[in-house]
Amino acid sequence: MLSMTRTLFVALLITAQATIVLAAAPPIKIGALFAVTGPASFLGEPERNTAQMVVDEINQSGGIKGRMLLLITYDTQGDATRAVQAATRLIKEDKVVAIIGPSTTGDTMAIIPLVEKSQIPLISCAAGIKITEPVKPWVFKTAQNDSLAVAKIYEHLVKRKITKISILTVSDSFGSSGREQLKNQAAKYGIQILSDDTYGPKDTDMTPQLTKIRTNQSQALICWGTNPGPALIARNAKQLGLKLPLYMSHGVSSKKFIDLAGDAAEGIILPSGRVLVADILPNSDKQKKSLLSYVKDYQKHYKAEGDHFGGHAWDAVMLLKSAISKSGENPASIRGQLEKTKNFYGIGGIFNYSPADHSGLGKDAFVLVEVKGKDWKLVP
Amino acid sequence: MNLSQQVIQYILSGLTTGSIYSLIGLGFAIIFNSTGIINFAQGEFVMLGGMLTFFFITVVKLPLLVAILFAILISTLVGVTFERLAIRPLRKATPLNLVIITIGASILIRGLAMMIWGKDTHSLPMFSGNDPIFVSGATILPQHLWILGITLLVIIINKLYFYHSISGKAMRACSYNRSAASLVGIDVKRMVFFSFAISSAMGSVAGIIAAPLTMTSYDVGIMLGLKGFCAAIIGGMSSGMGTVLGGILLGVLESLGAGLISSGYKDAIAFIILLLILFIRPQGIFRKAETERV
Repeated sequence: MLSMTRTLFVALLITAQATIVLAAAPPIKIGALFAVTGPASFLGEPERNTAQMVVDEINQSGGIKGRMLLLITYDTQGDATRAVQAATRLIKEDKVVAIIGPSTTGDTMAIIPLVEKSQIPLISCAAGIKITEPVKPWVFKTAQNDSLAVAKIYEHLVKRKITKISILTVSDSFGSSGREQLKNQAAKYGIQILSDDTYGPKDTDMTPQLTKIRTNQSQALICWGTNPGPALIARNAKQLGLKLPLYMSHGVSSKKFIDLAGDAAEGIILPSGRVLVADILPNSDKQKKSLLSYVKDYQKHYKAEGDHFGGHAWDAVMLLKSAISKSGENPASIRGQLEKTKNFYGIGGIFNYSPADHSGLGKDAFVLVEVKGKDWKLVP
Repeated sequence: MNLSQQVIQYILSGLTTGSIYSLIGLGFAIIFNSTGIINFAQGEFVMLGGMLTFFFITVVKLPLLVAILFAILISTLVGVTFERLAIRPLRKATPLNLVIITIGASILIRGLAMMIWGKDTHSLPMFSGNDPIFVSGATILPQHLWILGITLLVIIINKLYFYHSISGKAMRACSYNRSAASLVGIDVKRMVFFSFAISSAMGSVAGIIAAPLTMTSYDVGIMLGLKGFCAAIIGGMSSGMGTVLGGILLGVLESLGAGLISSGYKDAIAFIILLLILFIRPQGIFRKAETERV
């Protein structure tokens, strides 16, 4: 509710400004759906903040060819029914030209039939591979596929000559999607999964699962979850004296994880978007400029570190901005222009959309990082 | 590592989680015995204990012990305020209405905690050290010993209070028969007030001793509250050893189940036990069936 009032307030302000300054052109309306509250709020909140911040900045610097942008945000609470209602409202009542979000794969899949039918371009911020496979003409996404993160970890295991692993995944949609990918790709890399355990998102003690893993012949443990579970697992592993190399998912790629896990985080390796290590990237990195400016802006506006997830919204708004400035505000021409996006240096990676690929990212969208001295270090 | 060492590890883990469940369960039982209602806000006191300690340590920068004392004090204050504002004015209401009020209160407390402290998870420092201790092939942390020790202490104090002090005996009298107790001059309302104070203090202690291991956030109370409720049901809502054993049984079974059968069934185990007991022995497994007096 609060976020809605705030969005409306901001919207009013922007409309007011626009009328004063330009006295004519109405703003270009962009819809946004994020799970700002509810179980996926760790995604939705930074995404909403980021989207609003980017739109404000675009407007402050004169909008798109003099036209202001108006961001209309609704909270889906991570609930597919609400997502559909909100999307209907954006399309039918607010008459937006494009939609960014939703934050979760479930919400996105629920509104796809609607945007396809209404022919409104959608740039989803969710990671599920089925969003863009098979390709749907009006649906794009900015979040990296889970399969890329898994591939990155497996490549590293192969390099270390590790073939026997255990996996421990959280029993929610993030964990089960990771678990599926871990199992699907194992054979391709010659990796054998010795034990496949899960834990609940609210569990407080994972020593039973880890005790079981300690007794098998695993050479590494991969854990797939979002805070706080993985931090508990790291601490429990330390308590049990587990000596296996521990890999985590990009779900914990934020400083919060190091805070929670404390000493137990040392030596943990995980795939992450480049935003986490923006300041230590080599200067030749093509994304570095976008990354640094995003991190700095987010810090200034919200007194918090801009993360991986907020980055999905940054990419969505900026992709849209560049499409609108090249082709105008007609939904069909925005869609066509998005599909032609080449070498867009975003937060999540370098985007190259094409009629056959609406996810736009390659394996290099992830880097491996290791926790060393309470900070992230790049793993070569 | 052989099977017996594994089992020792499971049992040790289960014992500590079980102790936490016991403390929460005792809170349920004490309020149930004095008022006949099930206080579903019990889990929120567990959350308040952990979150308030975190708040006093990091924001107010108090030393750990002082922070803990303040956290218990404030949780208790919240508990008695809740009794004064929501339970006492409605003494004529049916137990069902009161139970619904406690659910409402739990949502309110959780919501306020979320607004004040945000949605993040926080960790508390261990009470003493972080180095694992080896017990015949299994490992535990000093914090596990703290949990076991403090739970034991609370149970002993609880026992002494209920059996060897005037107000404790008066509270037991209320639990047997409220109108008879008031006829012999016991102030039943005061006893209800006491039971809320004791339960909320106990809940917050459980939250505080567990937080260094399990971390804490505004919503930890839901699951822990339900597990404590299971413990109290297994123990037949007794405010003594029955609930304590119920909690420990639940913790150990969960841990053995997750380790030996499958981790996917961990929560299912608790709720299957709960359902079985409600069907087969609604009076709890440690209590003889009472004859209904008409």
